[in-house]
Amino acid sequence: MMDKIKEKIQNNSRETRQELRGRILTYCAIGLILIVVISIFLFVALKGIATFTQDKASLKTFFTGTNWNPGILGSDGKPLVGALPMIAGSFGVTILAAIIATPFAIGTALYMTEIAGKKGRNVLQSVIELLVGIPSVVYGFIGLTVVVPFVRDHFGGSGYGILAGSFILFVMILPTVTSMTVDALKAVPKHYKSASLALGATQWQTIYKVLLKAAIPGILTAIIFGMARAFGEALAVQMVIGNASLLPTSLLTPASTLTSVLTMGIGNTVMGTTANNALWSLALILLLMSLIFNILVRWIVKKGRM
Amino acid sequence: MNTKLQNKIAITIIKAIAIMVVIILAFLIGRILLQGLPHISWHFLTSPSRAFTAGGGIGPQLFNSLYLLLLTLIISFPISLGAGIYLSEYAPKNGITTVIRMAIEVLSSLPSVVVGLFGFLLFVVQFKLGYSILSGAIALTFFNLPLLTRNIEESINSVSNLQREAGLALGMSKWRTVNKIILPEALPGIVTGIVLSAGRVFGEAAALIYTAGQSATNVNFSNWNPFSSTSPLNLMRPAETLAVHIWKINSEGIMPDATAVSAGASAVLIIAVLVFNLMARFLGNYLYKKMTSAETK
Amino acid sequence: MKKKIRTILLTLSAVLFLSACSSTNKNKQITIVGSTALQPIVEVAAEEYQTTNAKISITVQGGGSGTGLSQVQTGAVTIGNSDIFANQQSGIKAKKLVDHKVAVVGIGPIVNKKTGVKNLSLKQLQGIFTGKYTNWKQLGGKNQEIIVINRAQGSGTRATFEQHVLQGKNAINTQEQDSSGTVEKMVASTPGAISYVAFSYFKKDVTALKVDNIKPTDKNVTTNTWKIWAYEHMYTKGKPDKQTQKFLDYMLSATVQNKLIKKLGYISIHDMKVTTTKEKAE
Repeated sequence: MMDKIKEKIQNNSRETRQELRGRILTYCAIGLILIVVISIFLFVALKGIATFTQDKASLKTFFTGTNWNPGILGSDGKPLVGALPMIAGSFGVTILAAIIATPFAIGTALYMTEIAGKKGRNVLQSVIELLVGIPSVVYGFIGLTVVVPFVRDHFGGSGYGILAGSFILFVMILPTVTSMTVDALKAVPKHYKSASLALGATQWQTIYKVLLKAAIPGILTAIIFGMARAFGEALAVQMVIGNASLLPTSLLTPASTLTSVLTMGIGNTVMGTTANNALWSLALILLLMSLIFNILVRWIVKKGRM
Repeated sequence: MNTKLQNKIAITIIKAIAIMVVIILAFLIGRILLQGLPHISWHFLTSPSRAFTAGGGIGPQLFNSLYLLLLTLIISFPISLGAGIYLSEYAPKNGITTVIRMAIEVLSSLPSVVVGLFGFLLFVVQFKLGYSILSGAIALTFFNLPLLTRNIEESINSVSNLQREAGLALGMSKWRTVNKIILPEALPGIVTGIVLSAGRVFGEAAALIYTAGQSATNVNFSNWNPFSSTSPLNLMRPAETLAVHIWKINSEGIMPDATAVSAGASAVLIIAVLVFNLMARFLGNYLYKKMTSAETK
Repeated sequence: MKKKIRTILLTLSAVLFLSACSSTNKNKQITIVGSTALQPIVEVAAEEYQTTNAKISITVQGGGSGTGLSQVQTGAVTIGNSDIFANQQSGIKAKKLVDHKVAVVGIGPIVNKKTGVKNLSLKQLQGIFTGKYTNWKQLGGKNQEIIVINRAQGSGTRATFEQHVLQGKNAINTQEQDSSGTVEKMVASTPGAISYVAFSYFKKDVTALKVDNIKPTDKNVTTNTWKIWAYEHMYTKGKPDKQTQKFLDYMLSATVQNKLIKKLGYISIHDMKVTTTKEKAE
């Protein structure tokens, strides 16, 4: 009799065993995701670094050089891998797109959370969700037929360039930034607003001095997320940016981005050659940038909490 | 006057911005629909595409898109469910969890070109899966995982802690509490998340060009044996999706009605995403009602 | 719910495993990858070929000439399609590959309709792409800045064009675009734009230029009067096996050469009155 009870107490119960099984299942799932991320990182890093280890390109040329012609050796016997024009182009379109998108996103988010009725909010919400699903190819062709002629007629130049790219990206990241800003505004505790209004502040004063201030970390996070998306966008930008590996001198001259050069070149190069490795180096930069964007977001969220 | 006037001006500006955004969005969607809708017919939706003569449809592409979406969800849902439960219930608050979260975020902001090329070299070339639906579904899973995981975690987190305590007080293990109490409660949110992520997957092209391929082989829609190479269900056949098809005919298409086909296909895509969104809302509401009424019984 | 998911997963993995097995041993598989220009022809030809040869399963994919050549070199695919000779592509050991020329493509310059120019000499064309001329006024056209749209580095069309027009000189660093369809649309909509595409992309909304008063026609290509043209190649690694050879023969048969290839705007290999190896002297 005693032994039976003893046995029962000393052995794991059914619940414990179940718990263990559940834990293992979830650990497996998270482990799988980690493996995927790590393998992508290793893979791209190995290929990207080959440009410098195997093909002896200099890191300095890569970040400061302006001559991109990786198939050909320069006068110093090293491949011409000046990626500065692409890096500059990528940052140019991303930052400009974020600058244009931010006021629009904040305005729309404020309208949705503070001003519009339930119906207006629902309509806007579904339209924004719809926009997320439009494939980037379609954006690209609208860019080619609407944005490029518009830029050409109103700003000058051939129409292809950073400005056109930014316009397209602005529309593409607007839904993401807006809906995340809405979430940030909604997360501000209600009593902040009530207190401000009770003190006799107008709606605008409440928005400006209380709501926006409290939501700033969230809004910054939204903007950086938008920038991360813009940085990695390929097909749409490629059609309107012009793809000239020249250092952009103005917003209206043709430029290129990391992604546009990458998508265009990858089919025309042979694996293992310098030209192909150099493209993977560009992919590595893209990857590192998305890591940096994420670290930034974490940092902002942490600061906001303090 | 100052503050009141200021208030008025500011509110008007906000309204103006919102109206401008609506105009931009309406213009975009309206343009795509107006150009595309006239080309949509039953024939267009069901017949195969043609390489260089007019009158081709998007039948196989539409099927491929849906099939690929289904496969992607089948692969990614269990994984992200596990990961979501881990993050919300089991994850300790330490550096490792932060790294895990960061890894998931990085995965979600990964440029789709990079994912496509990675999938190409690893699955298509290395694992010899070839240009196939399977390679495409795995590449799309990479996109879907972070979105779904985050969504499931949020849905589980939003379930009140009282429910957890009730389960644990009954002597149930944490795992059983999650399975039997928390998940049913979080289900509406999870379903909404799944359907919304489906919209993004549906429109993805860059990652599929190099994995699922850019040609729709002649499938025989009366052959449903998944092992036959002409069956639409075969996992190893290359499958061009709707979004990839739009990309292809715009960049290389030489059929005389390329613009019409591309406009029609774009409109179909938008409509599909719209249907997904409506479905998400409807399903979410329906499940929520069903779950809550079941509780009162 | 969990049970359902489990059963679905189990069946799925079973299906996966079985279909992976069955697809490798049942039918003869031919995978063709490469040039996007050649893709539609081979795709349609393969489809027709399979209706009479049910035992064979042919997969045709794009991906670019570089991808085609490197994949066939590693043996990952049966045939690699290319717009250029294998020895023109760096990183390819051309000696290991066997060339099968299946068609000829003519390439010609196109300009925006409003430039007012219909004919250029070869020297003028060269001047435009090397940056010597910057305004159409200098070439007898309107006062309009010249916007050069080049093709992607390493693309077959660009290699052919530069070989004949630039003749060793370097092109100016300018806009680049990869796909023919997009290039055609850009030239049609951008005032002062010039680029070059395969004859099949000559559409009504652009002007196809004459060079040295020679019209870009199929006939002029067959006699080599129009000099800017290239072969379309299908490369195999070593000698093709029997089934592959049969399909390659089919590509050269009258049905494909006379009907399909002409319909798609290419020139039949049998019509050529000249032959050239055109291998780049490096």
